[in-house]
Amino acid sequence: MDILTIKNIHKSYGDFMALNDINMSVPKATIFGLLGPNGAGKTTLIRIITQIIAADQGTVLMNDEPLKPEHIRQIGYLPEERGLYKKMKVGEHLLYLAQLKGLSKKDAMDRIKVWFKKFDIAGWWGKKVEDLSKGMQQKIQFIATVLHDPELLILDEPFSGFDPINVNIIKDEILNFAKEGKTILLSTHRMESVEELCDHIALINKSEKILEGSKKEIKEQFKTNIFEVQHKDLISEIENGFEIIKQEQLDEGIYKTSVKILNGKGPNELLRSLIDHVEVHSFIEKIPSMNEIFITTVKGGGHE
Amino acid sequence: MNKILLIIRREYITRVRKKSFIIMSIVGPLLFGLMFVIPIWLASREGEEKIIEVLDDSGYFRGKFEGTETLSFRYIDKGIDDAKDDLKTKDIYGLLYIPKFDLDNPKGITFFGEKNPSIEVQSLLERFLKNEIEDLKLSRSGIDKEQLEKIKTDIDLNVINITEKGEKEGDVAIATAAGYFASLLIYFFIFLYGVQTLRGVIEEKTSRIVEIIISSVKPFQLMMGKIIGIGAVGLTQFLLWVILTFVIYQGALSFYDVDFSKSPQMEMAQNGQMVDSAANNEAMAEIFNKIDTLNFPLLLSTFLFYFLGAYLFYGSLFAAVGSAVDNDSDAQQFQLPITLPLILSIIMLAAILRDPHGDLAFWASMIPFTSPVIMMMRIPFDPPMWQIILSMALLVVGFIFTTWLAGRIYRIGILMHGTKVNYKILGKWLMMKN
Repeated sequence: MDILTIKNIHKSYGDFMALNDINMSVPKATIFGLLGPNGAGKTTLIRIITQIIAADQGTVLMNDEPLKPEHIRQIGYLPEERGLYKKMKVGEHLLYLAQLKGLSKKDAMDRIKVWFKKFDIAGWWGKKVEDLSKGMQQKIQFIATVLHDPELLILDEPFSGFDPINVNIIKDEILNFAKEGKTILLSTHRMESVEELCDHIALINKSEKILEGSKKEIKEQFKTNIFEVQHKDLISEIENGFEIIKQEQLDEGIYKTSVKILNGKGPNELLRSLIDHVEVHSFIEKIPSMNEIFITTVKGGGHE
Repeated sequence: MNKILLIIRREYITRVRKKSFIIMSIVGPLLFGLMFVIPIWLASREGEEKIIEVLDDSGYFRGKFEGTETLSFRYIDKGIDDAKDDLKTKDIYGLLYIPKFDLDNPKGITFFGEKNPSIEVQSLLERFLKNEIEDLKLSRSGIDKEQLEKIKTDIDLNVINITEKGEKEGDVAIATAAGYFASLLIYFFIFLYGVQTLRGVIEEKTSRIVEIIISSVKPFQLMMGKIIGIGAVGLTQFLLWVILTFVIYQGALSFYDVDFSKSPQMEMAQNGQMVDSAANNEAMAEIFNKIDTLNFPLLLSTFLFYFLGAYLFYGSLFAAVGSAVDNDSDAQQFQLPITLPLILSIIMLAAILRDPHGDLAFWASMIPFTSPVIMMMRIPFDPPMWQIILSMALLVVGFIFTTWLAGRIYRIGILMHGTKVNYKILGKWLMMKN
C-alpha cells in the first residue's frame, strides 16, 4: 500500500524546468529518503505534495485519492527554510499553528502539554520565541510539525541546527512515528542519517528521478563484489577469477587487501583460495555506503 | 474561512498588545487634546494683574482708560522723575507717560518699564490711545460720534446652499477645515498601516515562518488575514483616538469652565478660532452653528468607507511589495510608485479647494488611486450623490483588482529568497500559473 503515488509530475519556472516527469511511490509506514544534490528539485516536489504550489502536469495521489485541501490536515511539513514569529510566546505560537491545521483549541492544548513533557520543556509556554536558542526553536518547530498527528511527515533537513544529543532525540521520534505506522518522507544531505533511518530512497538529480527502491535493493544493485581481507604476510599471487584492487600494510606483517570477485566465482571460493596462501584474520564484503552510491550516481551523468 | 479568522486574530492581538500601540493610542489624543488645551490654558493663564501707572500731563485721557481682566490703570499726579523712581521700588508693570502734545501730531508718548512690554500690552495701549485721539479729533471737527457709528457697516456674507431639501446655511471655512482634516487623516492612516502591512510580510518572509504557515493555509488567505487584521488595528486605534480625544476635550472644557455645549467632534475645525475667542461665547456659538451645517452622518459614513476602502486598496499593494523583497531597504524602490499617487492627491488638495466641483475634482475623486483623499475633501462641499456612489463603487472595484494583483505576486514572492526583483520579474510572477 502506497501512501503517496506521484505520476508524471512536471513543473517549470519560466524557462527553468524544475521537475521533469517524476514518478515515484512512497510505501506506507516507511521512512522514505528523498535525496539529491542542491537545486535538484526536491523542495519543488515537496511543495507540490504539500499543495503549496501546483504541478504543471501530472498527479499526486494520497491514499489513492488525488490531492485535495483536506489532505493538508494529514500532512506535517517541516520546511528546510523555517522560522517562527519572534515576538510570540512559545505556547501561543504552537496553539496558533495547530489551530491553523484544524485542531480545536482544547485538543491542541492537550497535545502541546504531552509534547512539552516528552521534550522536558514544560517551563517554555510563556517564553518568547526570540529568547530561545536556535536549537530550542528547532525543537518547537518539530513539535509544530507533528502536533496534529499527521499520517505523513515531510521533514526537510530536520537535523540541521541540532546538537548530537538533540539529533538523537529527533531520530528516536522519527523511528517512533514509523513504528506507529506513520510515513516519513525525509529529505537530507546527511547520508549517515539515510543509512541509519531510511527503508526506501529516491534520488533526484537535475530535475529527474534517477534512482528509486528499497535500501536493500539499491545496495544490491550497487554491489561491487569487493571483499576486504585482513591477513598476515603479503599476497603475492591470486588465482584466476579474482583481482587484487589494493593492498596496504596495517601493522608489522599485517595487511589489508581489497579483492574483487570476477564473474562466476563466489566469496567462499575466494576465502578457500586465500587460506592456502596467507593467515586470514578477517573477511568482509565491502558494501557501498549510501554516500558512495549518491556520489557515483550523481557524478555518473544521472541516468540509469 | 475559519483559518482566515485565526490569522486575523493573531495579527490583531499581537499588534494591539504591543507597547507601541498602547503608547500611540494614548499619546495621539493627548497631542490632539493639547492642541486645544494649550490655547485655552494660555488664554486664561495670565491671572496676575498688571498695573500700569498713567501720568497724563496732556489732560486728555484722565479717567478714559478702562482696565481689562489682566491690566489695570492707575492715574498718578507727580513729576515724571518721581514717577520713574517709583518704577524701581513699587511692584508695577510700567509707566505710561503722556506729555502735552498737539492733537494733529501726537508725539512723545512713552512707556517706561523695567522690561519691554509684551506685544499684547503694547498694542492694547496703542489702540486705546488711537481711539481716544480719534474721538477727540472727531468732536473737534464737530462730527457726532454716534452718527459715525451708525455709518460704519459690517458685512458678513451669508452662504446658503440650495439643495433639494431646501436652503441651508454653509460655511466655506468650516467645510475646508473638515475636508482637510478627513483627507489628511486618511492619508496618514494609509501610510501608517500600509507600511505596517509591508513590514509584517517582510518579517514573515525573513523569519521563514511563511512556508510553515502556507503548508496549512493558502497564501491568499494569509495575505488577506494580515491585511484585514492590521486594518482592524488601525480602526481600533482611530476609534480609541476619537473616544479619548473626546474625553480629554470634554475634561479640558469643564476644567476651564468654558461651555461650548455643542459638537465637540469637530475640534480640529475650530482650533484656529478658539485661540482668541475663549472668552467670546457668542462667536463660538456661531461657529458651532456653522459646524452643525456640515452633514455629519454623511461625513462620518463616507469617512469610514474611504478610510477602509483606501486601506484595502493600498494595503494589498504594500503586501505585494513586502512579498517581493527581502528587506526594508529593497522595499523602498517599489514603495515609491505606490505612494506617489497618495502624495499627488495631497498636493492636489489646494486645487480641488479652489473648485470643489470642477473637472479635476471630479476625475481625481473617481480614480481609486486618489479618490479616498480627494473625495473626503469634497464631501463637506456637498458633491452630487451619484458622484459619491460612483466613486465608492470604483474604489470597491479598485481594491478587488489590487487585491487580486497583489495575491498573484504574493503567492510567488513569499517563497523567493535572494532574488533581485525588478518590474519585469514582477510581471512574470503575475502571469505565472500557480
